[in-house]
Amino acid sequence: MTARELWAGNIAIAEGALAAGVDFYAGYPITPSSEIMEHLARALPKRGGVFFQAEDEIAAIFSLIGASWAGARAMTATSGPGFSLMQEGLGIAIMTETPLVVVDVMRLGPGTGQASRAGQGDLMQARWGRHGDQHLVVLAPATAQDCFDLTVLAVNTAEKLRVPVVILSDELIAHTWEPVKLKEQEERWERPRPRSQEPPFGADHPARIPPMPPLGKGFDVSVTGSTHDAWGVRATSDPKIHRQLVERLGQKILAHRVEFTVYEAHGVEEAEVGIVAFGSAARSALAAQHLLAQQGIRAGVVVLKTLWPLPEEPMEELARRVQALLVPELNLGQLRLDVERLAAGRCPVIGLSKVGGGLPIYPSEIAAKVQEVVR
Amino acid sequence: MPVKTKPMPELVRGAAHPMEKYLRTERLPHIWCSGCGLGTALSSFLYAVDDLKLDPDKVAVVSGIGCTGRIAGYVRMDTYHTTHGRAIPFATGLKLAKPELKVVVYSGDGDLFAIGGNHFIHAARRNMDLTVLCVNNFNYGMTGGQVGPTTPVGARTTTTPFGNFEHTFNLVHLAASAGATYVARWTVLDGRRLKEGIKEALTHKGFTFVEIVAPCPTNYGRRNRIGEGLDELRFYRENTVIRHGTDPKAAPLEPGKPIVVGKFVDIQKPTHLDLYETKAAEVRK
Ligand code: SF4
Repeated sequence: MTARELWAGNIAIAEGALAAGVDFYAGYPITPSSEIMEHLARALPKRGGVFFQAEDEIAAIFSLIGASWAGARAMTATSGPGFSLMQEGLGIAIMTETPLVVVDVMRLGPGTGQASRAGQGDLMQARWGRHGDQHLVVLAPATAQDCFDLTVLAVNTAEKLRVPVVILSDELIAHTWEPVKLKEQEERWERPRPRSQEPPFGADHPARIPPMPPLGKGFDVSVTGSTHDAWGVRATSDPKIHRQLVERLGQKILAHRVEFTVYEAHGVEEAEVGIVAFGSAARSALAAQHLLAQQGIRAGVVVLKTLWPLPEEPMEELARRVQALLVPELNLGQLRLDVERLAAGRCPVIGLSKVGGGLPIYPSEIAAKVQEVVR
Repeated sequence: MPVKTKPMPELVRGAAHPMEKYLRTERLPHIWCSGCGLGTALSSFLYAVDDLKLDPDKVAVVSGIGCTGRIAGYVRMDTYHTTHGRAIPFATGLKLAKPELKVVVYSGDGDLFAIGGNHFIHAARRNMDLTVLCVNNFNYGMTGGQVGPTTPVGARTTTTPFGNFEHTFNLVHLAASAGATYVARWTVLDGRRLKEGIKEALTHKGFTFVEIVAPCPTNYGRRNRIGEGLDELRFYRENTVIRHGTDPKAAPLEPGKPIVVGKFVDIQKPTHLDLYETKAAEVRK
């Protein structure tokens, strides 16, 4: 028996977290993400979990890191300005291989921007927002169903790979109510645990995730955000140890990418023109595909739900088939840069940017742009 | 920058230190300068753990960044060397997710009260069940002796070359007014009383705070004509007064005034975890 619920994106994320076994939530209120926090403030104490409203976003993410080392499945949610404050914590979570999930319900920046208005301007920040070479996983829902499913996937991926996972939602998805189908039981991936004294920060193979020692069990774990060897001993001048560490932190993610890579390809086989999008812009892209079909234009749409590492194959393939690729997004052209890189000159890549007021990109705007291109 | 000393020759090392069992001896020698107060600060803590017969597997030590921040790396327990200022929120998450652990934050004045000040006052306000041990050496040692929130007025540091003109924090007053339920101050001269104070802090329920006044001869002592570490200890001996129960407001560390040490606050109040659990039990009914 599968149940159906009517949820807004933010509620679906909170429910997804519960279904994924999140038992520690810390956060700081910020529009348009607060419903996630409010929902979990009610739900977690009833289930024996921990809900903690921190003094700021920095404290929120650091308490997540502590809780995660204590064994909790930990999550927070925020929006642009709070996400900026969390970059410090994300950096150390990457370096210390700490599983946790950060939801960024995007609004318009920079600065305080247009606080409760939809935007998609945090894409590059999610990937590169911290100092140093680093990788993490970024997922992006386009529907309430995605919000639920991708939150489960985010928690599982974070645990299994010992990596922070970012969910990039946006205000339009956060507040759109839609039916969500539920499975009886969600799959649950656990973090690797050591059998005996095993190095908690080293692996003999890039695909192997080092086991995370539990706290309070005599493992005497030594965790540091500085460069460290396999046992967590600081090594702040050895060039080889540093290089090996930062390379492994990226390789372990790439080695497991099939497990968390999600995208949809609609009508790409017959396509004469391609559209690549994520989040709320992807919804408009799918609607535009229908409008264009009525006019006899065959558009193929790739909806990206994993944004980092980017699923490259579907876009490369699309670029080989079509006259042009269109990238609609609620920013001044961030995803477009990647699509250009992947198209590698095989076809022109055209951006369609819309920012301001929280207005969605309307399907008619996408359709009009495509018509311009194919004409 | 701490000055690197040569590894201690075997002869001088002699017999094992009685607290070696709590140390990651393979990481020694430590990086601290000779004459630095951090060695005594660390050993007082280890003696306290030993006296109390705490199971070291159930003690977690969290540090921030700085010379004091290095303590975590030397202790053979579950230890976390976090980023600058964030030891308290990290420790908060640890404690909330695993209440049976004793969680100790060991860090310096700059880490806990400049960059980490906001976290400190809120953890104290919540009466979060943490023991915060702060080594106050009046400047940023690790980064080369810059002014900090506890640097006395008039003191020379690398960023106050003409003397510090900013007002300073009185840490024990700050801790008490923010809500800490145990507050004490000792100097590293008096290792025994310091150890007893740390023991009380470790056994007291709730947010406990011990300020540990310590010399930083390399960066602070040298620039302020205090001299070597030993000279500063001599200064403590001549200028320290014990005043238990004194109003911490009346005990600022000011040039020309005695260093008032002792136990200033020792009260009971429900902790954050107590209150959370009570509330959760209510809603579960
Ligand atoms: S606190 Fe001062 S004396 Fe101690 S190690 Fe640091 S720089 Fe050296």
